[in-house]
Formats: sequence, C-alpha cells, structure tokens
Amino acid sequence: MNRRDFIRQSAFTTAGTMLIPQFLKAYEAQAMGQTMAPSGKILVVVQLSGGNDGLNTVVPFRNDIYYRERPTLAIKPENVLKLNDEIGLHPAMTPLKALYDDGLVTVINNVGYPNPDRSHFRSMDIWQTGSDSDQYLQTGWLGRYLDKTDTARPYNALEVDDTLSLALKGERLNGLAVLDPKKLYNQTRSGLVRNLSQQHDHDHETVGYLYKTLAETVSSAEYVFDKATVRSTTVTYPAHELGNRLKTVSQLIQSGVATSIYYVSISGFDTHINQPGQQERLLKQYAEAVGVFMADLKAAGRQNDVMLMTFSEFGRRVKQNASKGTDHGTASNVFLIGGGLPSQRVLNEAPNLSDLTEGDLKYTVDFRQIYATLLRHYLGTDDVAILGRRFDALKLV
Amino acid sequence: MDKLTKQQQRKHLLDRAAFGATPAELAEASRQSLPAVVRRLMGRPDTLTELKVVDPETAVTKRGLRGMVRDGQLDRDALKERIRMNAEKVRDLNLQWLDRMASGENALREKMALFWHGHFACRTMGQNPLFMQLYANTLRQHALGRFSDLLMAVSKEPAMLQFLNNQQNRKNAPNENFAREVMELFTLGRGNYTEQDIKEAARAFTGWQFTLDGQFVFRERVHDEGEKTLFGQTGAFRGEDVIRMLLDKPQTARYITAKIYRFFVNETEDKKRVDELADRFRKSGYDMADLMTHIFTADWFYEPQNVGTHIKSPVELLAGMRHTLSITFDQPQPQLFVQRTLGQVLFYPPNVAGWPGGKNWIDSSSLLFRMQLPNYVLKAADVPVRPKEDGDVNTEALARKGGATFRTTVDWAGFEESFAKTADADLPDALAAVLLPLPLRAEQRSLIGKLSQPGQTRSERIRALTTALMSLPEYQLT
Repeated sequence: MNRRDFIRQSAFTTAGTMLIPQFLKAYEAQAMGQTMAPSGKILVVVQLSGGNDGLNTVVPFRNDIYYRERPTLAIKPENVLKLNDEIGLHPAMTPLKALYDDGLVTVINNVGYPNPDRSHFRSMDIWQTGSDSDQYLQTGWLGRYLDKTDTARPYNALEVDDTLSLALKGERLNGLAVLDPKKLYNQTRSGLVRNLSQQHDHDHETVGYLYKTLAETVSSAEYVFDKATVRSTTVTYPAHELGNRLKTVSQLIQSGVATSIYYVSISGFDTHINQPGQQERLLKQYAEAVGVFMADLKAAGRQNDVMLMTFSEFGRRVKQNASKGTDHGTASNVFLIGGGLPSQRVLNEAPNLSDLTEGDLKYTVDFRQIYATLLRHYLGTDDVAILGRRFDALKLV
Repeated sequence: MDKLTKQQQRKHLLDRAAFGATPAELAEASRQSLPAVVRRLMGRPDTLTELKVVDPETAVTKRGLRGMVRDGQLDRDALKERIRMNAEKVRDLNLQWLDRMASGENALREKMALFWHGHFACRTMGQNPLFMQLYANTLRQHALGRFSDLLMAVSKEPAMLQFLNNQQNRKNAPNENFAREVMELFTLGRGNYTEQDIKEAARAFTGWQFTLDGQFVFRERVHDEGEKTLFGQTGAFRGEDVIRMLLDKPQTARYITAKIYRFFVNETEDKKRVDELADRFRKSGYDMADLMTHIFTADWFYEPQNVGTHIKSPVELLAGMRHTLSITFDQPQPQLFVQRTLGQVLFYPPNVAGWPGGKNWIDSSSLLFRMQLPNYVLKAADVPVRPKEDGDVNTEALARKGGATFRTTVDWAGFEESFAKTADADLPDALAAVLLPLPLRAEQRSLIGKLSQPGQTRSERIRALTTALMSLPEYQLT
C-alpha cells in the first residue's frame, strides 16, 4: 500500500464506518443497477485450472514436429475441426467451432510472459495479478479495476464460486464470491450476521474494516439475490459444474445485475497421465457450456455486450511424456468469444515448433497485452493505472 | 479504549506470543509477574519434540521412486500408490504441526516457527514429506535462537534449495533464483542490493546441493571458485561468506525486525521504535529470545493502539480455537478443509513471498466462513461451502476426500469450571474477556443477551454464549 492509498483508506474507514448507512443509501440511490464499465460491457473470464494442453486444443495439424513429438497423443488431421489450413480445434469442441464459424471467436496463439514459471500456483498468481515473473503482487488485475472506480461495490465483480480468487482482490475493495445467490443470501440472514452488519460505530481501524466488509457482504448478497430472481433463463444448460456456473452468469446478466466482471473456473487440466480421455471430457464440457451460454445471450440480444475470455496458467510441453500425458509447459492460447468484436478469427501466427526454449513454446504475446486491450478498448478504463505500466494493445477492436 | 487491566495485558500477551489461552491459563498468568510469564513462554528448547511422519532412513522421494520403476523394482500402479502415500504424509505433517500449536506446549516457539514458515516460505515440491519434515523441524528448532543460525540452517535445507532451484545453479550455468530470494525476501528486502550483487552471490552459491535422502552437500566440482565482487568486497566467496556478509548489514536486522514488529506488535510500523529494536537485535548477535523478551515486557506493547489490530491467520484461528476449548477433531481432515477454504495451508504458501496476511485474509466469503466456523466446530453444523481445486493433480486427490463434516470433542467441563463462581449476569463479559481482544460494546452485549433462553441450563448458556462470542468479527482479531 502506498502512502496516498493508506491515507485514503484510513480516512475512508474511520469516517466511513460511522457513515455506512448514509453511504449505502447514497450508493443505492446512485449506483445500484449501474455497471462499472462506462461502455456497459461485461467481461466473463473462464479459467482452465491445471495447465490446459494448448497444442491439443488448437492443433497444428500440418506440423510434422507436432506428430513426431507426440506419437500417441497427437490428434489426427482428419479429426481436427479446421480453423484454417494450419490449425484446428480439438474434435470435442464442435460447439466452439460453430461459434467460430459465426465469427464470434478470436484465437490468440502463443500467449505467455517472460521467464515463465512452471509451478501451477506461481503461474496462476502471475496471470491473476498481472505481475512479472519475479514480482509478488497482493492484488489481482480485476480487483485493481474495482479499486479504480470510486462508486464500485463488491458485486460489480462476481466470482461464481464459494471462495474468492486473487484476481478479484483489490487494495480498497474485493469482488464477491457467490456460487448460488440464494445460498449466500441465506448465510447472511442469521440473526447474528444481520444484526452485526448494522453495527458500525468503531473507533478502531481493524474492527471497522471487518464490520465494513460484513456490511458490504450483507448488502451485496441481498442485492444480488433480489436481482437474480428477476428473470430465470429457460435455456437448458449441460448438467455439469461449468454449465451450472455459466447458467448462473447468464441469469445474472439477464436480470440486470450491475456486474461488469464475472469469473468462473474449471479444474482438472493437469494431465500428466492418460491425457486423451481426461482432456477430451473437459474440453467437451467447456465447448458445450460456452456454446449454450452464447446462444442464450444471443437470444436475449446480449451477445455483443458480453465477452468471454478463456485462459490457463500455462500450456504443456511439446513432447509427450512416458505416461501418455504431458508435463508443465509455457505459452498457450487464449480465446476471446463474443463481445461484439469484429470477426478476427485467428489473430496471430501458429506456434513455431522448430524454435523452442528447452522444449517449450516461446511466447509472442504477453498476456498483459490482452488485459490492457480489454481494459482500455473494451471496458473503457485506464489500463496503465491498473497494470502498472503500458502494454501494447492488440489490434482486436 | 483505556489502559489495559492486568488480565487484558496477559490476554494480549498470550494471544500474540502463543495461540491464545484457556480461561485457567489466563487466570494463572494474571496472578504472576510479567517477567515470569514471559520467561515461561520462552520455554526450553530441550523439551521440543520433532515432528515426524517419515523415517529418513526409509523415505523415498518421487525421483527415487521413478528410479525404482526404471530398475523394475516397482510397477506403475505401485508408483502411483507410493506418490499418493507421500502426499498423505505431507498432510499428516501439517496436522501434526497443527496439533503442536494447539497443545500450548512451547507455544511461543511454535508461533515463531509459523512466522518463520511465512518468512522463509517454502512449498512442498513433488510431495516430499521428508524434506518438509526436515525444514519444519529446522524452523522450530531455531525459532528462538540466533537468527544467524536460522538463516544459515534454512538456507541449507534441501526443501529450500529445491524450491529455489539451487540444484540447477552451477558453475558456468548459474541460476539466480536462490541468491535473489535470499536477498529480496530473507534478509535485505527489495531495493537494497544490485543486480550485480545477485549475479555474484549466485556464483558463490554454486555447489550448494542436497542428496535425495535429505542431506546438504557442497559439490566442489559444480562450484565456481573464481573471484566474486559483491557489496564492495572481492574474494573467492562461497555461500557461507555471502550469508555472513548479509548478516553484517544493518539493513538485514532492520528488515527482519520490522517484519517481526508488524506480525507481533502492529501492522503499522513505528519507525523509531523499529530502528531501536533493530539496533538492539544486531548488537545482541541476532538473539531472537532477547528481542522477543524485550518486546513482550515493554510498556508500549500493551498500549491500547496495539490491541485488536492483528487479524488471525487461518492457522492461528484454528489452533487458537482448539487450544482455548481443548478441542480434538475425531477426523482430522476438516482442519485441512478450513485451511484450504480460508487460504492458508501449511507447507503450501502461495509463493516464496509467503502469505500476504493482514487485511488480505478477509473478503466477503472468508469473513462469513470465519464467523460460521464456531458453528461447524462446536455444533457440527452443515458446511455449505467448498474450497476451489488448485489445479494440481496431486493435491486435488487429497482435497476430494470429504472434509466438510466436522465431528469434534470439546472439553466443555474444563472450560466451564473456570466460570463456576461467575454470576449469571456477568457471564457475557467474563467470557468475552477470555475470548475477545476488546471489551463487549453495549449493542453487542444486548445482541448476545438475546441468546439466553428460559429453561437453559448454565452449561447450555455458557456454550451458546461462547459460540456466539467466537462468531463475532472481533474474535478474528488479537
């Protein structure tokens, strides 16, 4: 925390905790129902945890090195869902291919960062905080986006989960984790919690911070629950975790909840052993859920307001291992779906498998260039303030 | 808040220097002089028993196991099983350490060791229980000794050398990771060294390696014997020389003292006071028992502005709750569930910088969960949340094994005994004085008062009040 932030925060908590009722009322009057993004756009981040094998997701089906290094894992050219004459999608991703054919999908190849770290936790931290690989940040890139907006409330950035990821933690404000609006609301309905959330006469800074968080939690839970019941989607989502979570996102969007950021993760991509069945199952779930989600939004006339970004903390090594799996690697691909982007399809060159660093892909796009582009051109905010420096924007928008 | 009463002072001390106190311990400490209580907290290193989940003689690492597969001693299924067992042993080590923290034995030492675990943050690599066991015992053994000994010992721990890639740091092919973190995180802090210092220190640390059975070795053939120049000195330095040079720098004492101050006294640093403490620390030859005794016997430690400012880490919360009510878990797994849900799993710090701590522990979901925790632990209430999977196949396998059903045994009789002479009307305040860092406010007292129901036995009343008081936001603080 720098000095300015500290002063701002102290002033905020000492004066603010006593003023919470007025503060919330003023807020309710002014800001309820407004998204943070001046553009009114919504970003949905789908995180593939465990390190998804990018080379078997977007397959370089004309590349001899790919077939040589993966004798039993490579996907045969005839099975690939071809995007162009070089690369194509994993055969389990038919719904994504359909979105691609509709001009809704942009594929960005070779996304990574300098001095890549092959630890799940560390690399995920780097992606979630937007740090350099030798830098340890305690706030996430989307949490800092919340910090940037004076009128922001926790529910402006929602993670559909029980616990909150670092990505949504800010210095001043955190996003809200809500797997099920009703369940969260019920948790805040106990007599104790409800009563305590109305107590806010604290001359003690840390105590004030806890009560302020509690008050925000209770009011946010109530707001989201009230809003979420406005409209329920009639579309049938696939009955798995990601399907359920994207259904919740769609329902909240269609109910007009003032949320600019949604965050969802799906786990299980750490395929050291017997990769094919495992990855196929997960990619199928992913593509199905995203396909239904986009169709749902299209029917609601919202597909141009909502962009879905998918990433994983790293890709995997080019060469398969001895257990019919792949080990931790570096650069991989990112999908951007919807959001009213002009149809870009495949943004950049396919991975160069003849130019590797110790058996791993070299990145050509820094993931923070994607963040910067989305923050500046899609959400319409100050990317430099949020990312700490300027990253060259990609020509997406 | 006014000046602290003697009991409030003792409570503050035991909250910070230990994992809280039982009502009986608090009463006893309130009868004793401060120096006597602090002296007892310092404990005796010879009474420390080592954590032990694996026998160093028979432990085999993942790499060792892979070797056995190649030699045909193990088949693939047996390999998988052995790796799984190793992961379970890291879990057992976690639980064993937590038991020690909750026991109250050598409490200050365990508390310091937890602090050092966050400072010398090291994450288990390849689910290696032996290396983590050695590492944890080193932290515990040196926790109140000389920082110089601790720094040298932990820098030579196989777990640390592995985590920071020093095995790959060789003559003509340096890996700077270890040298960088030793300076940035363990001793000087960012901005107090140059990139040149790191390059040269990395060369000095070449050859610092370990064997698979957990021994530090100096391998001369990969050591760069040439001259190095760092911090204005030139010589054919080895790793030990770099550590000594770092200890000679006043900035190391300043950096460590400031971190101790933020953890044990107040997150907001009092610069002048930290300077004085750092000076004393260095002149004492980095004597940590001296430093901690000095802090805990200082008048300023007990100033109201230092009370109730520390947010308990998840492990402090769990160990403290267990200690105060002498709780045992019938099945230990829920304790890992709590650690995962709240974001602090022993032996799995997020990165080499350790847990960020302070306000970072608190967000909407973690605060709600913390406030519900007494209901789960004391009343076996249903747990409606589930922590995220972290992406690593090895830890996922562990996490899936249930965990969300809390079955505990609480020594209520022992706890209630301390309040035998307390008048009914005084119970809320008397319990609060044992459980909370700050006195009850009027509105809290009335809220808590509403919990009394006609026909409740005294015992039921104490239990209901205790659960409610532990559910207050203030219980998260010391």
